[in-house]
Amino acid sequence: MKKLLIIGLLFLLSMLLYAQEISTEVIEHSAENSKCFSCHGSSTYSYYNEVLERYVTKRMNPYFIIDSMVYYDQNHRSFDCIDCHSYDFRTFPHDNTLRMEPMPSCLDCHEGDDATADFNFEIINDEFHESVHSTKHSEDFTCWMCHNPHSYKIVARNSENIKETIVYDNNICLSCHADINKYQLISLNEKPNIIDKHDWLPNQFQHFAHVRCIECHTHTSDNTLVAHHIQEKEKAVKKCVECHSSSSTLLASLYKFQAQENRRKYGFFNAAILSEAYMIGANRNLYLNILSFIIFGGVILTIIVHIILRIVLK
Amino acid sequence: MYIYPVWVRIWHLVNALLIIALVVTGLSLQYSGSDFILMPFKSSVTIHNTSGLLLCASFIYYLLANHFTSNGQYYHFKSKGMIGRALKQARYYSYGVFKKEEPPFPVKVGRKFNPLQKLSYLFVMYLLMPAVIITGIAMLFPDLLPDRIFGILGIHFIDLIHIITGFCLSVFLVVHIYICTLGNTPSSNFKSMINGWH
Repeated sequence: MKKLLIIGLLFLLSMLLYAQEISTEVIEHSAENSKCFSCHGSSTYSYYNEVLERYVTKRMNPYFIIDSMVYYDQNHRSFDCIDCHSYDFRTFPHDNTLRMEPMPSCLDCHEGDDATADFNFEIINDEFHESVHSTKHSEDFTCWMCHNPHSYKIVARNSENIKETIVYDNNICLSCHADINKYQLISLNEKPNIIDKHDWLPNQFQHFAHVRCIECHTHTSDNTLVAHHIQEKEKAVKKCVECHSSSSTLLASLYKFQAQENRRKYGFFNAAILSEAYMIGANRNLYLNILSFIIFGGVILTIIVHIILRIVLK
Repeated sequence: MYIYPVWVRIWHLVNALLIIALVVTGLSLQYSGSDFILMPFKSSVTIHNTSGLLLCASFIYYLLANHFTSNGQYYHFKSKGMIGRALKQARYYSYGVFKKEEPPFPVKVGRKFNPLQKLSYLFVMYLLMPAVIITGIAMLFPDLLPDRIFGILGIHFIDLIHIITGFCLSVFLVVHIYICTLGNTPSSNFKSMINGWH
């Protein structure tokens, strides 16, 4: 009985410590940012209007609403709002000139940063500046256009579910290419209709659901996990066999992380694709391939021997 | 003797052409992107899918024709002693044929197939063909397939059955064509399948 009591107490203590560990992280950010979220976390905000001498409630600009649940689940969740935004934002009403503040770029923090060296931010930056997003648009096209600082989180490296990565990454592209309002932030051109533009693609829905836009629209690199060199549409992959083959380009893009892991573990070239997706031409099973050659070779050899014996013993 | 009616010969020819088209395009798809290219990928997909659907129609016709005509009786066999009879025929193909022995089960009215043919045709037509056709049709509708079968991706499992049965059919095709040269003359069986007379 005494033993059971001790075990029970230890269990409770460990649960408390675990709970404290989780809650500590949340409280740490909430305390600093809660004032911002009290207005920017919902669709309305209230303040005391000294002219009217009463509290008034106003609607928040939907583009300035930050979902705190999403915020605390993303890459920069440990940040205080004023780590990136001006300290003066702590004062309400905000000074109008504050909206002119220049926003930091990724390299302002990540350049030469040992903690994020694996991501090769410098190479990503170079790739981006070679991409059509940079060369065909003004400086208004920054990293933030795709990687929303309030919600972006790494999926390709962390998720074992390729489909989740595909949906997440494609939604980044669609946030502009399927939304005329955001698209026209950087372009006066008519937004192309993605469905019509991909009319030539067989099984369009299957392709959209199982590969990312960047698989065909970027120039892959050995140095980065996710290629950022978005190319002109004329250079997009159009040949089926570039993906539908055992040396599929997808092994250098969508399945790069899994392929590296699987090759390290099993030495099996296309195991990543085998376990996560089906792709004609790229799903060739190494062992079945060898076995089929042995069987077929054996049959042909037997027939040849049979023919020779028929001729010799005629 | 007249043993192969017109419908059997037409069905056999259509079946043979479709299977050859499926093997060639199937190999092109399986080895796409490598140096081994029989046909461009896009054409292979179109021809493979079309031939597959035609083969399905041809197979249904074959089942119905066997059911409603006397051709189906050639596939009936007595299980007792079947293995022994099949081994006897196998011995003839691997030994007797060189010694100029008479075939142990010569073709006659009421016996179109020898025991080894019966077994292999039954295996091919009633096991491999349905398997390759059903899995082939299933792969035309990947959205409807279960996500996982026996722990592996559903469509990949279906594909494995499809390519294994397809491979077995390819091997059968080669062996079948070669065995046909073991008639009275190397070309006599081929002529029979054209004019119907054995």
